[in-house]
Amino acid sequence: MDALTALVEWFTVPMQFEFVQRALLVSVVAGVVCAVLSCWMTLVGWSLMGDAVSHAVLPGVVLSYMFGMPFALGALIFGGGSVALIGVVNRTSRVKEDAVIGVVFTAMFALGLVMISRVPSQTDLGHILFGNVLGVSDGDILQVLLLAAVVLAVVWYKHRDLTMYAFDPVHAHAIGVNPRLLETLLLGLLSVTVVVALQAVGIILVVAMVIIPGATAYLLTDRFERMLMISAAIAFAAAVTGVFTSFHLNVSTGGCIVLAQAIAFTLAYLFSPGQGVLWKGRTARAVRATRAGH
Amino acid sequence: MTAAIEVTGATVRYGDVLALDDVYLSVEPGRVCGLLGMNGSGKSTLFKTVLGLVTADRGRVRILGMGNTAARRKGLVGYVPQSEQVDWAFPVRVRDVVMMGRYGHMGRRRRPRPADREAVEHALLRTDLTGLADRQIGALSGGQRKRAFVARAIAQDADVLLLDEPFAGVDKRSEATITDLLLQLRQAGHTLLVSTHDLAQVPELCDEAVLLQRRVIAHGTPEEVLEPDVLLEAFGIHPSEEGRSWTP
Repeated sequence: MDALTALVEWFTVPMQFEFVQRALLVSVVAGVVCAVLSCWMTLVGWSLMGDAVSHAVLPGVVLSYMFGMPFALGALIFGGGSVALIGVVNRTSRVKEDAVIGVVFTAMFALGLVMISRVPSQTDLGHILFGNVLGVSDGDILQVLLLAAVVLAVVWYKHRDLTMYAFDPVHAHAIGVNPRLLETLLLGLLSVTVVVALQAVGIILVVAMVIIPGATAYLLTDRFERMLMISAAIAFAAAVTGVFTSFHLNVSTGGCIVLAQAIAFTLAYLFSPGQGVLWKGRTARAVRATRAGH
Repeated sequence: MTAAIEVTGATVRYGDVLALDDVYLSVEPGRVCGLLGMNGSGKSTLFKTVLGLVTADRGRVRILGMGNTAARRKGLVGYVPQSEQVDWAFPVRVRDVVMMGRYGHMGRRRRPRPADREAVEHALLRTDLTGLADRQIGALSGGQRKRAFVARAIAQDADVLLLDEPFAGVDKRSEATITDLLLQLRQAGHTLLVSTHDLAQVPELCDEAVLLQRRVIAHGTPEEVLEPDVLLEAFGIHPSEEGRSWTP
């Protein structure tokens, strides 16, 4: 009984603190929104793009703090702007896309670093880079909820088109749907989602949130609808586990959330029925044993 | 009669490379046209031009008398991709893929109506995939995979079908099944443009054939185009005797 009580208290004690409640809300919402989008990111292969957008928002965040604007505004402008810039340079030069991405996002990030050293001290670089979910303000929460709602609504409305684009953009074109527009929409959703997740885990770890849950779910199912559900469930569980672990051990919250996701991925990688490496190894051994027996 | 596919003087350049040189091609409705040529002969560029993925530097494309965009918006153009262009590990079922053929007929959210579901079941039946409809797309054999994409075009009710190498990576028996299926589609009035470098199926399947080497080298009945002298003159090669497979 003691173990059970301890377990219950492990959750209830932190929940007495308002800052924990708020951190949990932001982490769960951001985690789930990122998880939904991560399913398409995994299938289209845009992990580097996720990394790029998240780093490129730094100057925008700094500017927002300088002028007292909502952080999301500056972040969205720089996130979207960088995506557009990557597209333009990619189309108008012979440099390959991954190199263009590498140039643009590091340049933006560097600009942010230079700017932040000129900004009055109340903005903490550490908080922007690594997240400060235990200290989010009401305004931050409002922005996260608003943007999350926008992303989920657009995804709910357009998810079949996005999946068609991810699977077969030429077919989309053939039936008169512009794949370029769908690509732009998906990039736009990525930019907004990254901004949502900034508050939870910070710039550096955002890319994990938009890749790991989808990649994990991909190892567990062959059906896209189920992939969405599993991905969201993993992100939810990781957010909860992460926030409470971080409270009890007094360690980085963003770090704990992403670690929890990484553990989920590792488990799926090892044990997924059909896809897990141990499963495959066992099947291969069984086949060899059968062959040897004959 | 309005041609189903009409390409008039299409010239396409990629930078310095001339991919298509003044190509004329006209396919009447209800016919199967084989598009033959080696790798790099411009087959896929011609496909892309007909699909409107590539804009010709000169010349124009009409589909059933319409401009390319209008024809696509009306759902008249169906496309069956090459195997290499498909992500076979993608988490979609066969039925989901076929349903994508209906998207042009649906509202913006692409919510299937009963008529859409019926069209999908009908397409699955015609391609003999009903029993496999709930499988993940990659869990099919080579021939079944091709049929799944043909089913998508049937569900779409496309009048003009472009098939990119439908016999690549397919065993002999599936080859015959696919040929039968395509001939049924022709019977039903569809127009088919089939790119292939497998010459074995051409006489059986195609009403006419086009030999492409950046420009149209020959256009006529399969017998005329596959005449060894024509091939020899065009490429300096003979179709190999056994299997008559033509691998460049």
